[in-house]
Amino acid sequence: MSVYLDFEEPLKALEEQIEQTKEIGASTEVDMTDKINELESLLSEKTKEIFTGLTPWQRVQLSRHPDRPYSLAYINAITDGNFQEYHGDRSVKDDKAMIGGFGSIDGQTVMFIGQQKGINTKMRQYRNFGMPNPEGYRKALRLMKLAEKFDKPIVTFIDTPGAFPGLEAEERGQGEAIARNIYEMMRLKVPVICIIIGEGASGGALGIGVGDKVVMLENTWYSVISPESCSSILWRSWDFKEIAADALKLTSTDMKKNGLVDEVIKEPINGAHRSQEEMFEIVKNSIKEYLTELSPQKADKRINDRIEKFSNMGVWK
Amino acid sequence: MSWFKRHKEGITTSTKEKKETPEGLWSKCTKCKTLFTADDLAKNSYVCDRCSHHERIGSEEYFNILFDGGKFTELDAKLTSGDPLKFTDTKDYVSRVKATQKSTGLVDAIRTAKGKVDGLDLVVAAMDFSFIGGSLGSVMGEKIARAIDEAIKIKAPFMIISKSGGARMMEAGFSLMQMAKVSGKLGQLAEHKLPYISFLTDPTTGGVTASFAMLGDLNIAEPEALIAFAGPRVVKETIGRDLPEGFQRSEFVLEHGFLDYIVDRTELKETLAKSLKFFKN
Repeated sequence: MSVYLDFEEPLKALEEQIEQTKEIGASTEVDMTDKINELESLLSEKTKEIFTGLTPWQRVQLSRHPDRPYSLAYINAITDGNFQEYHGDRSVKDDKAMIGGFGSIDGQTVMFIGQQKGINTKMRQYRNFGMPNPEGYRKALRLMKLAEKFDKPIVTFIDTPGAFPGLEAEERGQGEAIARNIYEMMRLKVPVICIIIGEGASGGALGIGVGDKVVMLENTWYSVISPESCSSILWRSWDFKEIAADALKLTSTDMKKNGLVDEVIKEPINGAHRSQEEMFEIVKNSIKEYLTELSPQKADKRINDRIEKFSNMGVWK
Repeated sequence: MSWFKRHKEGITTSTKEKKETPEGLWSKCTKCKTLFTADDLAKNSYVCDRCSHHERIGSEEYFNILFDGGKFTELDAKLTSGDPLKFTDTKDYVSRVKATQKSTGLVDAIRTAKGKVDGLDLVVAAMDFSFIGGSLGSVMGEKIARAIDEAIKIKAPFMIISKSGGARMMEAGFSLMQMAKVSGKLGQLAEHKLPYISFLTDPTTGGVTASFAMLGDLNIAEPEALIAFAGPRVVKETIGRDLPEGFQRSEFVLEHGFLDYIVDRTELKETLAKSLKFFKN
């Protein structure tokens, strides 16, 4: 059963109508083709109407849609199952909210890393809702260093509501772990591609988010804080999340406009959650394109360009 | 049952008899409430003589404590905030910055300067918590970046004195990227084999902790400073129980392996000079 957000409700009604009409057609042997075609074109119009006029808050909701594919789904589709997961930070434990390993895109070995959310209640808990602990960031760094050693490019999938704000996380240096990753990623010799596939919440996202190409899928958000937390801090109430989502300029379009991400990857018209296979194909092609562009560069230049890119971010007088 | 009984309810001293201390002359320790003259407190680096409590101070005080004879050259003093997002919460960002500039006399939440510490060159970036919580925005990122360039140019070690609530929300994505920007610049400093000292003071939290404050060749801190990624209130809400005594304070952070040493502010200058000499000689 797929889940429909409130603003997607009209689509649900139309889809149900189409189903019913098809059933009637099948059971009564009356030709319903015209009716079905009419409804389907209505559905496609309505979809277009809804998805071209999305507000920032609606995009935030879409980025969290339970039917949206998560990191492992992308990796498995992109590598056609030719992926091997590696575990552990070699120090404390294996963080289930962060996954990584080598995979192959049409014969080219790539190190995939990503935050991982769970697909049902039990798995959501197992994955800690995609909120990594310090050992998650340290595992990610270990794998990135492994890729660098064997000259393999790195692709990270960002999808987190934030780094976990727990007691043990603080004890084990959540701040240090993220800081170290940012610092080290800036200096990786191999190409690094970072793709925001869902939520890009603050330092938790940036901890695997420093790359030569930082790109956002269309219906995702990336900012320094979630709209809800921003609302609670600046307005001292949870009720201003829509306004906060607006103010933070956290959508892919705004982030690109402000030069804070390199590109936006368009999603299928009804969103990544309703056309998963199509989305996987688009992301795969984008990664291949980026790799073709980035691979020939010399490591020194690549690192300098990366530092230069982030150095130019900011507005001052 | 109590041993003593209060006969008269409430405070009986009349308002007229209440002794007001003239502002500026006297200062009260925020922890043990001991009174000091402002001069005595300044002479003791704003540390309480009695309970060793370190009062929160700003860039000006740190520069005076650190630099020989209180002499330093400030860098990029005029760099001020833009408003890339036209951000408005309960107040618009531009007015908020202007009002804060007026009330604090500061331009933004950080000042950078070069000078000598015990005869050794040092470039220092020091935050002012009084300016929107010492928050990290474009100006802070750019000023640190330029200070690092200066340190590379004059071949001097670099120090950041952190005192910040974290990222500046009103600059949203721009603020977040400053963490990456400064970290990238620190890498360039390292290439030139120049030491970076990160000095963490009360409080150092959020995005500042999750980037340059934790990246020092030496991470050092003032006693009892709050050093955290997620603040204590958030952690408490997450785990749903009370936090252990001393949680996220310097001593706790040192015990967990993230600080090289804790230094009393009264001994900051000589301790820092000692470290700098080890790198140099």
